[in-house]
Amino acid sequence: MKLLNLDVFYAILGVFLLLVAGRAAGDRRQPKRWGTALFWGLLAVVFLAGKQLPPLVVGYMVLAMVVLAATKQLSGPHSHTTTAEERAASAERLQNKLFWPALLIPVTAVVSTLLLSKLHVGDFWLLDSANVTVSSVCLGAIVAVVAGLRLTRAPLATPVAEGSRLLQTVGWALILPQLLAALGGIFAVAGVGPVVADLVARALPTQFPFVAVVAYCVGMALFTMCMGNAFAAFPVITLGIGLPFIVVKHGGNPAIMAAIGMLSGYCGTLMTPMAANFNIVPALLLELKDKNAVIKAQLPLGLTILGANIALMYFCVYRF
Amino acid sequence: MIKLIGIVVVAAGFALRINTLLVVMAAGIATGLCAGMPFNDIIAEFGKLFVENRYVTLPVGLMLAVIGLLERYGLRERAEALIKRVQAATAGRVLLAYAAMRQISIALGVNVGGHAGMVRPLVAPMAEGAAHARHGELPETTVAAIRAHAAAAENVGNFFGEDTVFAVGAVLLIHGVLKTAGYDVSLWALSWWGVPTALAAFGALWWRVRALDRRIARDAAAKVAGKKEDTP
Repeated sequence: MKLLNLDVFYAILGVFLLLVAGRAAGDRRQPKRWGTALFWGLLAVVFLAGKQLPPLVVGYMVLAMVVLAATKQLSGPHSHTTTAEERAASAERLQNKLFWPALLIPVTAVVSTLLLSKLHVGDFWLLDSANVTVSSVCLGAIVAVVAGLRLTRAPLATPVAEGSRLLQTVGWALILPQLLAALGGIFAVAGVGPVVADLVARALPTQFPFVAVVAYCVGMALFTMCMGNAFAAFPVITLGIGLPFIVVKHGGNPAIMAAIGMLSGYCGTLMTPMAANFNIVPALLLELKDKNAVIKAQLPLGLTILGANIALMYFCVYRF
Repeated sequence: MIKLIGIVVVAAGFALRINTLLVVMAAGIATGLCAGMPFNDIIAEFGKLFVENRYVTLPVGLMLAVIGLLERYGLRERAEALIKRVQAATAGRVLLAYAAMRQISIALGVNVGGHAGMVRPLVAPMAEGAAHARHGELPETTVAAIRAHAAAAENVGNFFGEDTVFAVGAVLLIHGVLKTAGYDVSLWALSWWGVPTALAAFGALWWRVRALDRRIARDAAAKVAGKKEDTP
């Protein structure tokens, strides 16, 4: 028995999404009122009852959300927050106390990772020990809302209204990471990975140790860019290219190969829109006009670190 | 070969700037159909995986309410005001310090940070505030560049600290895959060989944020020069 498992947090987010949908439906000034309400309402149902509904029903609900987004039935934020002068005055009044709730998020995360996740009475655990990272951050967010409400003495409707505004700033892209994870699963079921590994292995002269290293590192980065996730690329590329060529053929060290190989995958993550939760959602959160601005800023980083990885692996993997 | 159709659909969809959700769903359906799955099975698979991966959306979704609340009461303005008092601060140094904090804390197994929880309310306003304090008003494109680099600092700190020092998710995955393939390597060796890349990543970020600082100075100077021409 786990008191604060992920289902509790799914339910909280579900209720929040339901309130967002309700606000949109009840607001006559909201442009594209019904499409917006329907989209967030469907997502709320997935969070509240996703486990109880048959997968086929959820699948068609997802399809409906995709169609709503693709046919532009969703509107951006239209409600206005405080003016810059009001915010400056409020910042002057509250001073550094404003930071406390925001800092409670990481503080709660640390305390709950290191301490709360270990608390239990028999089989009764406070936190879900299998999902410590996610549940710690979620707990931090809840604690911070309470602290923020106490500090600002705002009514409970304010965080809902402001959260709804930010949610609509991100818009339909909020579900993109989830949908991409689902696509990765479909790729895995269909067996896309082995085909890619086989293609790379046949196209390159892997009889040279250096070419084997380049093929593995670049293969990790490229396949991660396709999947949006280095964890999905790692088994495929390591079993298809890394182990047969670097370790078996040229006698490389498997630990060095695998450690640097995974980090080469992360270079791919920096350079792809498929890693939406790291690259696209942040661009929207920061209200950047160009959705790909974060990826463009990260391109030189990704390529440099990938180059460093290739050099490191070539000089170390056959030596230690 | 035909199984790669999904990757082709994704590449074409991104190139033609079609709605990303639609591209992703179409890629999944095309791949499934080519692999011989019935349509309803593909939709059910999407439904199942969408529910299983709800945890990806959870931290961002739950964070929005408190961040929105604090922003309404001037959190970003306060963060900017605070950093303006630090004489040595530049946008680049703020971002580099944040990435260092992120790399070290995650290497110790603690995940503090995030785009919604830290970058939008604190890190980006501080970097912008530091640039404002040095150079005055900045062009909109420069501000956008500062924000994009704030997100990049978060990602680099997050990704390249994770595999070092302390065994966490990625290291355990690597260990599991190698073990299944018949290679039993030590967790310590895997963690240790993540360190050189972590340092290289920090070095690369240092180079990029220095370039950012130089760009900010250049853009600010150009803006001042442009104004002078307007009022001779």
